[in-house]
Amino acid sequence: MSGWEVVVGLEVHAELSTATKLFCGCPNRFGAEPNTLVCPVCLGLPGSLPVLNRRAVELAMRIGKALHCDIRPSRFHRKNYFYPDMPKDYQISQYDEPVNVGGYLDLPGGRRIGIERAHLEEDTGKTTHLGGGGRIHGAERALVDYNRAGVPLVEIVSRPDIRGAEEARAYVAELRDVLVATGVSDGRMEEGSLRVDANVSVRREGTGELGTRCEVKNLNSLRSLGRAIEHEAARQVALLEAGGEVVQETRHWNEDEGRTSSMRSKEESHDYRYFAEPDLVALVPDEQLLEAAGAGMPLLPAERRLRLAELLAPRGGDVPAGAADQIVTVVSLGLDDLVVAAAAAGADVRLALARAANEAARAPEAARGLDPAAFAALVRMEAAGRLSATQSKSVLSELIEHGGDPAEVAGRLGFEGLGDDALEAAVEAVVAAHPEEWDRFVGGEEKLAQFLLGQVMRSTGGRADGKAVAALLAKRRQGAPAEPGSRR
Amino acid sequence: MRLSAAEVAHVGRLARLELSEEELDCFAGQLSAILEHVETMGRLDVSGVAPLSHPAELRNVLRADEPRPCLAREDVLAAAPAAEDGRFAVPRVLGEEP
Repeated sequence: MSGWEVVVGLEVHAELSTATKLFCGCPNRFGAEPNTLVCPVCLGLPGSLPVLNRRAVELAMRIGKALHCDIRPSRFHRKNYFYPDMPKDYQISQYDEPVNVGGYLDLPGGRRIGIERAHLEEDTGKTTHLGGGGRIHGAERALVDYNRAGVPLVEIVSRPDIRGAEEARAYVAELRDVLVATGVSDGRMEEGSLRVDANVSVRREGTGELGTRCEVKNLNSLRSLGRAIEHEAARQVALLEAGGEVVQETRHWNEDEGRTSSMRSKEESHDYRYFAEPDLVALVPDEQLLEAAGAGMPLLPAERRLRLAELLAPRGGDVPAGAADQIVTVVSLGLDDLVVAAAAAGADVRLALARAANEAARAPEAARGLDPAAFAALVRMEAAGRLSATQSKSVLSELIEHGGDPAEVAGRLGFEGLGDDALEAAVEAVVAAHPEEWDRFVGGEEKLAQFLLGQVMRSTGGRADGKAVAALLAKRRQGAPAEPGSRR
Repeated sequence: MRLSAAEVAHVGRLARLELSEEELDCFAGQLSAILEHVETMGRLDVSGVAPLSHPAELRNVLRADEPRPCLAREDVLAAAPAAEDGRFAVPRVLGEEP
């Protein structure tokens, strides 16, 4: 694959968290008994008419705001096709005048991915194929459940700005975080509320032109997405290197076989005969809609990462090595408020971030319920040397599980921090008990520091703070007579 | 604009209509007449007229996001030619995915 660049554009379908469907009052709910959430409108019965759901419009515009799109007057079209997943034989979608145009999404790594458009449309029913091994081709018959038909979707189309499988996964993960944070969608890929199609092409490095693309469908997880892109790109490169050509087509990802296969058939003409939906009127973003769309807009993940970065490196300095990944983890798990609260309470930001990204991240759900003041107090105790790192982690997991006051929990666990005097006495006792090792340490043998520290930890039953001990040893060495080897 | 028999056959296939040679000719004539009739509007000078997306000058006809009663499943499925497992049963689908 060397010498080739992989170019990806993604189409992400997100189901909106409304109470009802896009054009009728049937509940928008996952997991109900088949065909119990249907009415004449979503079944396409003659004489029924669609009426647009105000909340769905607000959520679509909310996505537009979160992705920095231009929110515009729009209208609906009928996309005609003959397939049993839509009983009307067309899907109502937005075509040449979508509600959101342009925009971008900033990825954690700093790359900005352009957004082409984000439009409103209705979801289709769920078809289960029986016979022929359950796959689409050769199925003997299909069973259809229309509970999902008419559920509001926003299709978010990226520009072909994504380079490779890893960035595609990062884009979808970030987009999902944005959708969840803004309350627009629950973002559950496993329940199908977030679905991804990938347009994949390859080109020689350094070429500006786009290669012929294939659209890969049936990507049900971030893992599938990454694997499918890698496979599809390799297939195209092999084809081109053998002197062949890529044919523009739709391909189906088979997770078990780990490969894509052509879905092409004589019917795949994409002749959707779009025409303006006569039963719906124009949609115009007025003040009332825009205000509702932006109401209570939380800080977006990119803004929350920036907030942490600025706490760590004020005045635009560089974020310390290792902290950037921790920032991404903490924001993605929704633990950043803890770090911000700890910083506001005067605790060490770097340490708070590390505890949030490592220990709290192991039980993120419970950790989100942690009392920020308790977390801040704990970080301060550790930073001040009143608790060792190991002790602090134990107290933290106790706080996450049961709550409480960190000092009280530390006491209960027997982590009575050693006072400065007691610590110094312990160090002095160890030095006196191991004169030879001490001399070698004074003489410059750094590895003896570990030995001496271990002895102090042992004599204090692990209650001493390692960093404080190391500092005391260093300080004591500076004051010692510098006569390396003189006593030999 | 004159539609060819092949174009009519294509449109017919998209609508899953089986058309005989005779019908293709017949509909090609009828559809062409309709298109030609509509084409007379193309002679009008509309350079100063803003595009209209809907004849009704309404905008933002919206409803509140409040659930309404659904149909009873037995009634829904009773109207279907075939049902199975609480779902509509449809004939096998071969290479017809949208």
